Amino acid sequence: MSETPPSPDPAAVTIDEPTIGAAVDAALAAIASAGSTAELKQVRIDHVGDASVLSRANASIRDLPKDQKAFAGKLVGQSKGRVQQALAARQAELAEAEEEAALARETVDVTVPVDRRPRGARHPMRTLQDRIEDFFVGIGWEIAEGPELETGWFNFDALNADPNHPSRSLQDTLYVAPEDSGLLLRTQTSPVQIRAMLERGAPLYIACPGTVYRADEFDATHSPMFNQVEGLAIDTDLTMANLVGTLDAFAAAIFGGRPITRLRPNHFPFTEPSAEMDFRCFNCEARLGLDHDADPACRVCGGTGWIEMGGCGMVHPNVLRSAGVDPEEYQGFAFGLGIERILMLRNGADMRDIVEGDVRFSQHYGTEI
Amino acid sequence: MPRIPLTWLAQHVTLPEGASALQVATDLSRVGLEEEAIFGAQVTGPLVVGRVLDLVKEPQKNGKTINWCRVDVGPEHNEAQDDPKDPQPGEERPSRGIICGAHNFVEGDLVVVSLPGTVLPGPFEIAARKTYGHVSDGMICSGDELGLGPDPDGEDGIIVLGRGHARGLTGEPGDDAIALLGLGEEVVEINVTPDRGYAFSMRGVAREYAHATGEAFTDPALEVEVPAADGPGVEVRLSDEAPIDGRPGCTRFVAQEVTGIDPTAHAPRWMQQRLVLAGMRPISLIVDVTNYVMLDLGQPLHAYDAAELVAPITVRRAHAGEKLATLDDKPRALDPEDLVIADAGAGDRAIGIAGVMGGASTEVSAATKDVVLEAASFDPVTVARSARRHRLPSEASKRFERGVDPKLPAIAVTRAAQLLAEYGGGTVSAARTDSGADSVQGPAPIALEVGAPTRLVGVEYTREQVREALEKIGCTVEDGPAGDGPAEGTADGGGSFLVTPPSWRPDLRIREDLIEEIARLLGYEQIPSVLPQAPGGAGLTRAQKSRRYAARALAEAGLAEVLSFPFVPQGVFDELGYGPEDPRRDAVRLLNPLADDEPLLRTELLQTLLPVARRNLGRGQESLALFEVDAVSRAGSGPIPPLPAAQRPTDAQLEAVQAAMPVQSRHLAAILGGASGPDSWWGSGRAWDWADAIDLAHRAAAAVGARLEVRGREHAPFHPGRCAELRTDDGTVVGYAGELHPKVVKAFDLPARTCALELDLEQVISAAPAVVSAEPVSTYPLAKEDFAFVVEDSVSASAVEAAIIAGIGDVLESVHLFDVFTGDQVGEGRKSLAFAVRLRSQEGTLSAKEIGAARERCVQAVANAVGGVLRA
Repeated sequence: MSETPPSPDPAAVTIDEPTIGAAVDAALAAIASAGSTAELKQVRIDHVGDASVLSRANASIRDLPKDQKAFAGKLVGQSKGRVQQALAARQAELAEAEEEAALARETVDVTVPVDRRPRGARHPMRTLQDRIEDFFVGIGWEIAEGPELETGWFNFDALNADPNHPSRSLQDTLYVAPEDSGLLLRTQTSPVQIRAMLERGAPLYIACPGTVYRADEFDATHSPMFNQVEGLAIDTDLTMANLVGTLDAFAAAIFGGRPITRLRPNHFPFTEPSAEMDFRCFNCEARLGLDHDADPACRVCGGTGWIEMGGCGMVHPNVLRSAGVDPEEYQGFAFGLGIERILMLRNGADMRDIVEGDVRFSQHYGTEI
Repeated sequence: MPRIPLTWLAQHVTLPEGASALQVATDLSRVGLEEEAIFGAQVTGPLVVGRVLDLVKEPQKNGKTINWCRVDVGPEHNEAQDDPKDPQPGEERPSRGIICGAHNFVEGDLVVVSLPGTVLPGPFEIAARKTYGHVSDGMICSGDELGLGPDPDGEDGIIVLGRGHARGLTGEPGDDAIALLGLGEEVVEINVTPDRGYAFSMRGVAREYAHATGEAFTDPALEVEVPAADGPGVEVRLSDEAPIDGRPGCTRFVAQEVTGIDPTAHAPRWMQQRLVLAGMRPISLIVDVTNYVMLDLGQPLHAYDAAELVAPITVRRAHAGEKLATLDDKPRALDPEDLVIADAGAGDRAIGIAGVMGGASTEVSAATKDVVLEAASFDPVTVARSARRHRLPSEASKRFERGVDPKLPAIAVTRAAQLLAEYGGGTVSAARTDSGADSVQGPAPIALEVGAPTRLVGVEYTREQVREALEKIGCTVEDGPAGDGPAEGTADGGGSFLVTPPSWRPDLRIREDLIEEIARLLGYEQIPSVLPQAPGGAGLTRAQKSRRYAARALAEAGLAEVLSFPFVPQGVFDELGYGPEDPRRDAVRLLNPLADDEPLLRTELLQTLLPVARRNLGRGQESLALFEVDAVSRAGSGPIPPLPAAQRPTDAQLEAVQAAMPVQSRHLAAILGGASGPDSWWGSGRAWDWADAIDLAHRAAAAVGARLEVRGREHAPFHPGRCAELRTDDGTVVGYAGELHPKVVKAFDLPARTCALELDLEQVISAAPAVVSAEPVSTYPLAKEDFAFVVEDSVSASAVEAAIIAGIGDVLESVHLFDVFTGDQVGEGRKSLAFAVRLRSQEGTLSAKEIGAARERCVQAVANAVGGVLRA
């Protein structure tokens, strides 16, 4: 509680130093001992309110003789100023403490669950496909798409596959009924390349991601439905060196590290020369270079130091002809990779989890991989 | 795929000292022969020849009798003295004591002993062990235990030198039996791509190994001297009256008679061993020789029992309804497309399917003395189709399918005849039939500009490198006319070559084929890495970006994206309650579905997403919030018209194809069921409901910049009273959202009141405006007005809202329904809809009069449009 003002007499206040000094001392003591903003409010009323010694002293100045006015005015004014200052300081102090206390009372346990609505997720295959597309867009290519139900001509003939090629058999390819429908579920995204060349002509730089189908068994690494990304670059003077350069850049973008790719001779109807492409393992010691041995127990490369990534080569002149591109004027390269395979290698995913649609599989990744 | 024993390979090409299978496989892979498998030495450690000095038979309690043997395993391995506690039978001499359960040997026989430390196939490590009361200090081995298989004569248990597996073999105690039996040999199995048929032989692989390493290659075909025939032998008629694609089924047929072969003669041990290592089973001298020559040179051979063969031989297509019992004793119904070898037995009978398998009637037997050897050139397509038709992927068909060197037949029969003479005492007839020899043609010459390889590969090859690489693979390289290549004086010297590929490379047909050979031989690792500079694209298309946005919007709203297979069963349409005429029943049907009960492709995503939802619940999920963005299709108008090969179809042709294609689009579908979040300190999780489904459809559309309008509509598989039809601005129906029909909920075991939505995402995306026009932001004051209208229950909120919008006109800023009320105060069959309306003008502050006029227009419009009455 604030102290009682020294003089209760509302009328007469002697304006001299002892009286005023005592009033100031009493006010300062009361201010110092105020324990809350509410108490301080009362102190303000008591010591600088209308009935206070200081206010009454102030009011009585005008009744003083002229020669005393200056002295009294100065004494009372300065004294009141000191008290006001102390009040303001104490007010700030108490308000701060009170706010702190109030906030402290509002403390909650922030470790309780906050997931009123759990977060969703994109399928990691889609996220990875987006990332792959962004790589190609980044090097100035475009993304081309086409239908999953394709004609035999786009899926096989235009790609220079022999009419008797075993991949055309019912054991390998899913066909549409009736037998003469001429339709199938595409076994590769290469027909998109043909469509793109027919529609856009050359020069052409495109990547074709998409779902493809094969009459395959379903196990931890194989699925009858999977996704591929194929690249196709057609221009006047593209070489296999440009193919290697593109693969190196792709490997670096997707797997990181120092890209090393290796081509091995192979055979595909739609490319000549053809090659199998291997990426240097990104997981074990082998990633550090050809002079580093692979870890024999490496999950990714199996100790070989290399990962088989798919087929590639220089586009066969017959393919260009089918798509209306003059092979005497244009040449280019193409390559194809399995996106699931990248996800399996890069993130350790299991093929069954990728295609079975269990939400936990997607939720684990969220929206980034 | 061919298995290459290293010692066999070494006969045709120099292998570096100590070359391992792994090294050879790595070298071969560099030139394109990929490693399929490596078979290491089957047996390691001290496997030696032993002589059984003494044996005693000891009957056991279990009824068996075992032999307790004293075996001399050579001075290096014998123990000088018996163990005094366990003496071996007979006189004490340096030896080892071994227990053996087999009884096909006697004292004095030479046997194969695995001493402690030997590792047998399994792997199974041999150690001294106590058994049947003795310490057996090693094991006497059978063929099975050594990985050689059962005794070829079907008699012996353990191997006795001189018989069975060890026929023709002898040795001294202590000799290394691994070398003796050929068990230390390493084998590489390689994968041969369809264009490289010649590599389906030791000859071809040795050539490739030489290319990879530069080691010296000797062509085994050139080592066979084919003597001039003193006339034709068995008459052979090539009479193919129905060639496939104009290619005759047989272009060359060589027949060679060998007589007087000793029927008891066996192939030499080394030949049998090589056959086993190459993955074939030794059978008889005649069969083994034909197989051996095939593996070595690549030319399939067939031997007919001359006593059963009735000349002449005719090569023709099978007659309709014709039958043949093949070597495997299976009756085969022949197809008129099958090419058969026929003889004149019973007038005209098939005695083999050309290039696939011979017939039982002329099969060589244990009594055969005289044979007719066949080596022919058969059309790859004919053979491939017959092999597939009869499910007979024989060693011969595998080679013919990939192409066999047409110059080989005479060489191969000569080599086989020589081997039959050498090991079977046969007499090679001086006559030999060679039908079609004159028509043998190698591949046609190819013009190659000297600079072409550099232009395609990106490596600066010199003229000499190009020439040498081509000559190495067997091509003849001549200087050709100067072409359009780089001018004289460039690094490669300009000009062109005329390149004639060798007879075994029918795959080399065009310039690019030759360029691949040059790049391959000089090494793909020479190719530098140069990222090409694309002219610069336009980035992702609007549709590509929009698909990402839509999926992202649903993920942000708490849904998890999944994938599903597109295959559906016929019954799914009934299960989802589609009407009999519903166009969504018009699904594409597969000819050879993966599962017979799922022959159709989905026409809507929910058809495959609902089973995925069920699977998730089965795995313990208690609520559902999942979505998929994927392809759907509907059957097209009919068969696709054929297009020409290797040339650009005309635009009209392409249009005709396009018109007949199935209708394909990309949909977005989501399923929401159960609680939208967990129960916790805030209370219970709110259940997903029909409104969430519609809201998510709006959000997905908004994410791609499109707007949807909603109408109530009955539509399977939704609840008839809780389904929204979703339309774009131009009125196109692009999807549905709402609560699923209780029958569907039940059929898929979903949580009660599960909701769903399905949108044709491509159509939604295309409905988004290309440019979103700006709307001026008014800074004049806002006026807020509330209205409550009483309308019939059947009147939709959207209809009232539309009337408000139309009635108020320009000064309307927004309208929002904030309450729906039913009850006594508004009367039976009616409801009160309360709207908060915000008015604002672009021109100035709205006066009380203007606001009053707007109110009046609003009330009038609602009254006119839906009969709504302002609630007092």
